[in-house]
Amino acid sequence: MSRLDAIRGRSLPVDHDARRIAALAANPACDRRAVLDAAGIDKAKTVEHLGFPTRFGQSPFAVSRTQEFRATVKAHGGAHILRLLREVLGLSVEEAGYHDVGDVGADAGHGVRYRHTMAVLKSAAENPADAATLVDHPLLKLGVAGYDVYLEPDVIAFQVDRRFHVVAIKSFAIIDGQADSGKVSAAAREAAVYVHAMRDLFAQLGLDPERVSHDVVLICPKDFMNFPTACLVDVRLQLEALKRQLQRLAKIDTLLDRLPPGLSLDLQLDGETPTRPVPELSAALSSIPARYAPECLSACEMAYFCRDEARACGSLEALGRTVRDDLGGVASLPVAMDLIAGSGVPSAEHAAIAERLGFVRRIFDEVVA
Amino acid sequence: MSLLRSFLTVRAVREGRAQPAATVRHAHLSAEPLVFIPLRLAGEAAAPLAAMVGTGRADARLLGVANPRSRDQRFTFMAELAEIIVPYIQKYAAQVEISDTKSAYERCLDAPQILVPNPGGLAFIRLIGRSTRFRATEGPHAVAPQVPLLGRWLTFLHERSEFAGSAMLLAMTDLLAEHWVTGLSGPENVNLAGQLAWIDPPDGMTGQDAALIAEDPLRSPPAGPDTDPGFDRHVLKPLIDAPSPARLHEALRGQLEPTWELMWRAVDLLRAVPDADSAEGRWERDRTALARQNTWIAEGGLPPGRWDSAVAAARRLAGLEGAQQSYEASKAFDDPLVMAEHRAEGAAFTGRVITVDADRKIIPPGKKRLVARPLVTIGTSDPVRFAPGKKLLSPARPKQGTVLVSVDADIVTLQINSGMTKDATLPSPGEVVCYTELDPAGGRRPALPDVTETPWTHGGPPPEYVPTDEDAQEAWS
Ligand code: SF4
Repeated sequence: MSRLDAIRGRSLPVDHDARRIAALAANPACDRRAVLDAAGIDKAKTVEHLGFPTRFGQSPFAVSRTQEFRATVKAHGGAHILRLLREVLGLSVEEAGYHDVGDVGADAGHGVRYRHTMAVLKSAAENPADAATLVDHPLLKLGVAGYDVYLEPDVIAFQVDRRFHVVAIKSFAIIDGQADSGKVSAAAREAAVYVHAMRDLFAQLGLDPERVSHDVVLICPKDFMNFPTACLVDVRLQLEALKRQLQRLAKIDTLLDRLPPGLSLDLQLDGETPTRPVPELSAALSSIPARYAPECLSACEMAYFCRDEARACGSLEALGRTVRDDLGGVASLPVAMDLIAGSGVPSAEHAAIAERLGFVRRIFDEVVA
Repeated sequence: MSLLRSFLTVRAVREGRAQPAATVRHAHLSAEPLVFIPLRLAGEAAAPLAAMVGTGRADARLLGVANPRSRDQRFTFMAELAEIIVPYIQKYAAQVEISDTKSAYERCLDAPQILVPNPGGLAFIRLIGRSTRFRATEGPHAVAPQVPLLGRWLTFLHERSEFAGSAMLLAMTDLLAEHWVTGLSGPENVNLAGQLAWIDPPDGMTGQDAALIAEDPLRSPPAGPDTDPGFDRHVLKPLIDAPSPARLHEALRGQLEPTWELMWRAVDLLRAVPDADSAEGRWERDRTALARQNTWIAEGGLPPGRWDSAVAAARRLAGLEGAQQSYEASKAFDDPLVMAEHRAEGAAFTGRVITVDADRKIIPPGKKRLVARPLVTIGTSDPVRFAPGKKLLSPARPKQGTVLVSVDADIVTLQINSGMTKDATLPSPGEVVCYTELDPAGGRRPALPDVTETPWTHGGPPPEYVPTDEDAQEAWS
């Protein structure tokens, strides 16, 4: 893995959280993102140094709202949680053992906490079938591109009847039984990362990974209140997408083989300040193939850099995949502009779409003239 | 997207400005629209932070909440908002006429029109409606009498707005996208500032350059309801932590005013586009719905419950689909540019009439008498993908039912089946005609059982909604 370290240079690798890992699956075809993430490069810092905004800031109000809601849910030894689990899973458990793995102490190393998590989950798994257990702040581990990435999920693993469920607490509201679908799917992608990591851990413990359910319990505020409600979310699709992406990252070597030798994305930090000449860094980034699409704007910190580059090199996809698909898969904007204007002779592969566009141009001119 | 819209997207980039997607304005535009730009506190479902609202560019009212976490202040905000919006709606609701149709019905002389910046604004209106319509005006947690009324009207307007062609509540970015195609991708096109930068770029600038500037949240604050996280962190939070009402007010004004200007610029741009023929008919349906809702409220009818019953939901869904189909078709009948979109997709064709056999009479299968069935042949260079037997209509003679007889290379033969009343005309040789499978009168509602006959498979007839104390006092924390 020294090649990834060499690409990152002297900066420390950034920690992955489940959100970042979940976002990996957002643009699976992009080599650039795969390399940046595998090398643990700080994308936000990189793109800002290049002079582009990230626009991924979180409002302090949203942050404190989330914290408050979590505190409410976990108050009184997780009384709400147990009530909700009874409701959504149709259980009759009256009480559950509660273990906070985070209690080991924040200064305990990842390794120590991970081993502790393993021990707690193992004993929960070997519990008699009727004893329920809540395991808070489990520390999980995931292999990303050959690295071990530790995840500190603010989730709870719940065990009863020999089955484990991941419980995720989110602060967006479920109003009259409905929540913002974008937020639910983001939560599902994130929870899938935890399910995946827990199944990994189970496999290591010699337990059946399927004992970790693909149904995730999502706890959210009900209506306009601070009162928690819950629903089950099936994350099987998200798990599949994540697995594919992790497999791809595991084969990062073949991707690296195609990159120029000696490639470096080092920010040359002086303290916290990047000193790497911008044109140099920009050229280095551009040597890693990207696959910009407008969806990147909400999924990847590099988006404004990649959009600028995509526009500069005349990518039609920068206008959206539907435009590209409608125009018969033409990749280049200049070619598309020629085709819609009817200038030049279309190549043989574009003959069919050129004819259709010729018709569209004729009727448009006919109407607008 | 359609091929024409993709064509126009590329053309917009080529020309450096947005391209027209319509030659007429398909939505009725009120002489006195109410522009409403709500902002909410980040992290909350429906906690209002501020709003700019008013019926004229020079008549902006700024409402703000000094402490958005305070429940009382939220309801004070709602009461202030109600003081503006409810009288605006009631003014229209109060003036009714009786239609001079066969079965007479009531309709309002005119209707309110609320314009919000984007689909997020529409969703927020729904939440404001949901969070206020059940509130009690007496007892514990009593709110001002106007507050539940605001909730009921906003709920009504939002429900109507889901029917295509209704114009009492509209999102500006939707409206602009219906009339112009910019060089922005889908996700970028819900940014009002960016859209207007393409539609009406400053002199000497391309849409692309202008949109880059418009994207900067410091120059064009987000059009709501979500605020810029940077603004929250650096401006709003300090002003809420260490209250300074005057400065907070100015800060909120700074976030809202740019969007306010954009909204009125967009209204001006839309005003310059002539009305579509059928827009008035659709507005009339809005006026009728308004009168019905007003009577319902006046006679003590209850607000809609939190959930639709199964039949009501199915009925509503069918209604939405029908409205969408007939709106699409009406637009195409009113606007050759919209029809061009359908021509490009093969749902319509245009050509020149070659021959008309006006006196042709046949005995239709299964009938005994001779009837007039004129035949028309049309030469076209559009690709015609309809099969014989396809029923077609023409915007020039929407009442005349025709059926496709044959397509032979670029010659289409149609038979006219109906609508040959005395003053009707037949197509004449040399005339340019357009025929389509679209039908503005189509999209009729399928037969669904009455709510009281809900089959047991769908839970049987739902109990009638009765507001509960729980609804009326629902906590807002
Ligand atoms: S923004 Fe750039 S790096 Fe990120 S996924 Fe898109 S193309 Fe790849």
